Amino acid sequence: MTTTVNPSPNPLKLRERIKLPRQHMPEQPADERSRNFTEVNLGYSAELARQEALRCLECEKPTCMDKCPVGVKVREFVRLIVAGDFLVAAAKIREDNVLPAITGRVCPQEDHCEGACKLCKKGESLGIGYLERFVADYEQRMGTIRLPAAPPTGKRVAVVGSGPSGLTVAGDLVQKGHMVRVFEALHELGGVLVYGIPEFRLPKEIVREQIDQLRAMGVEFETDVVVGKTVTIDELMEEEHYDAVFIGTGAGLPLFMNIPGEHLNGVYSANEFLTRINLMKAYQFPAYDQPMVDLRGKDVAVIGGGNTALDAIRSALRLGARKAYVMYRRSEAEMPARAEEVRHARQEGIEFRMLTSPIEFLSDGKGWLGGLRCLSMQLGEPDASGRRRPVPIPGSEFELPLSVAVIAIGTSANPVIQSTTTGLATDTRGYIQADTLTQRTSRKGVFAGGDIVTGTATVILAMAAGRRSAKSIHEYLTTDQW
Amino acid sequence: MFKIVHAEFIAPGIKRFEVEAPRIARKHKAGQFVILRLHDRGERIPITIENSNPERGTINIVVQSVGKTTHLLNALNAGDNILDVVGPLGKPSEIALFGNVVVIGGGVGVAMAYPTAAALKLAGNHVAAIIGARNKELVILEREMRQVSDELTITTDDGSYAEKGLVTDKLRRLIDNGTRIDLVLAVGPIPMMRAVAELTRKDHIRTIVSLNPIMIDGTGMCGGCRVLVDGKSQFACVDGPEFDGHLVDFAVLTQRNSTYRQEEERSMEEFRRHLEPRAADSPDDVGCAHGGRG
Repeated sequence: MTTTVNPSPNPLKLRERIKLPRQHMPEQPADERSRNFTEVNLGYSAELARQEALRCLECEKPTCMDKCPVGVKVREFVRLIVAGDFLVAAAKIREDNVLPAITGRVCPQEDHCEGACKLCKKGESLGIGYLERFVADYEQRMGTIRLPAAPPTGKRVAVVGSGPSGLTVAGDLVQKGHMVRVFEALHELGGVLVYGIPEFRLPKEIVREQIDQLRAMGVEFETDVVVGKTVTIDELMEEEHYDAVFIGTGAGLPLFMNIPGEHLNGVYSANEFLTRINLMKAYQFPAYDQPMVDLRGKDVAVIGGGNTALDAIRSALRLGARKAYVMYRRSEAEMPARAEEVRHARQEGIEFRMLTSPIEFLSDGKGWLGGLRCLSMQLGEPDASGRRRPVPIPGSEFELPLSVAVIAIGTSANPVIQSTTTGLATDTRGYIQADTLTQRTSRKGVFAGGDIVTGTATVILAMAAGRRSAKSIHEYLTTDQW
Repeated sequence: MFKIVHAEFIAPGIKRFEVEAPRIARKHKAGQFVILRLHDRGERIPITIENSNPERGTINIVVQSVGKTTHLLNALNAGDNILDVVGPLGKPSEIALFGNVVVIGGGVGVAMAYPTAAALKLAGNHVAAIIGARNKELVILEREMRQVSDELTITTDDGSYAEKGLVTDKLRRLIDNGTRIDLVLAVGPIPMMRAVAELTRKDHIRTIVSLNPIMIDGTGMCGGCRVLVDGKSQFACVDGPEFDGHLVDFAVLTQRNSTYRQEEERSMEEFRRHLEPRAADSPDDVGCAHGGRG
């Protein structure tokens, strides 16, 4: 696949393009979707997609592409949409991104491509995420134009974890002709894409389809393997003869707040809450065997301001919560969640309690959560993250009746691989140390990327680490240079 | 898919399976467990590994029918498959030369205590084993425990076999007689482990208990298995399952394990209703979280 720039198929003059409004994403009405798990966004039609694609200014220096962590050739694929070559557009994205149907849905585009779009200066950015999603879904329906695979190299690569970074590594390396086997600890493939992100934001069918595509490209998968327990990295290399290993085990142990009452029934980590819902389908209990607490008519709060927090609380709402609060100790401007999710959550009736910090989980007297004692905060001086530090307002304590609380304040490093692999350096917090360019670890032949290196981040940043890793693994396998 | 090569009831409602799981068999150490799932709508439950045979590529698991999943599991036989088996999970038991060790197994907990007792014996310890059951029929692994211990005491609640009483009665006698005890390992129902820990606390006898909290992934992702140990959250799947019995908050463990009591009962009721007229073994609920290790 070449990257030469074809003459523009766009008949409009630049000033005409600027005047075109951004095409709205059709979505389920808020009052309907807040009661179901069906996807919120319905997707562009071909007509909407072409209308939107016509807005692209086809910048000579496409800043959108520069700001894309995996370097998707936005201008090229948008041109192909204008020309109506949707399948070629999909193949063009696939050169840089093996999971476009997923990133088109969950990537925080406002922080990357769309945030860098020149149209922002005049109005709304190009709907790059929506367009990416459109071509990926189109391809799924119509069939893939497969990228030509390189001849087999005879090299074997083990990928640990089937989340976004692992799948990216697998997809990139199998196209280079390497044999790739992905090991997954859970019974289902996809990592955070299946246990973390809910159906209404990323249908599991989409994840399965993307994984099936990788399987069709030759990637092998093995579930129910906890690397570090079931088999170690050393054993994979020495006994199973893998030439390289990529560690992409993702987010680790959920962080708790260490405030009184945290062990009451009804207090969940977001990981557990979402795993029960997304992976185990506990909301369909007893048709599914894994139980979860009945949320109907209950007041539920999530603590945290990221995508995970919003996923949890919007799930609670869909499961019948009477009141559904997001509690965040900073203000909305500092919330790390995607802008679209915040907007959707608000439309659905989620109550935002900003500048609020819980200090105690209160018992109902029977071992279950009954309420939350909180403090109101105000913003002070900027902290190490550059965001203004929340400072408690003296005497602002108040209590909120509550049946279920979900803690979504991040995760710490999972120790299983680090503690069972020889010569693998970790940082002071226990995350695996990897070079930021090559993703090499301290152990020859072992690479790592995603949340197990950086701590909690996003799908697209994990994929970017996967891309760098794949490039670097390929170099290592073909040159034998470390 | 993991094939069952052998299955037999070793007591009413308690079945031992030999399951093909070569990777797990190779890596299993005493004190570890597996998580399994039976069908594509099934829950994940932790189950004790009683033994492993790396040459045959198999593990033995011991399962007591408590909830729906364990009843379904115990209806399986040689030649059937288990959809998912993952492990070995948890940290292995600490095996060293401690000196005089008392290993206590209560109910189906004996299956978890057995491999640790064997490893402790092999490491040169004097192993005094105590196994307890409600009645004679529910005493399991007597022969196996006898082989790996220097002395074995059996207690039954109703006195239908061996000594009448609780495992703690025997432990109290050992302590009162001035027997030197360097380590106590207790695996069984929460009230038993709690009672053992209370008994050894005042003499500062190091006491290890193996906990069975609610668990989903078992790999350190979900945090569902958090237990309060020495006032801090610990995760049974990666920090445990064995903890210092004197530091465990058993009240919190009991309370958290009751989270899904209603749902478990409902699940079991619906299961019974759909069950063939063929009567299933149905011992009373033994207070185990979700039909897992108990």
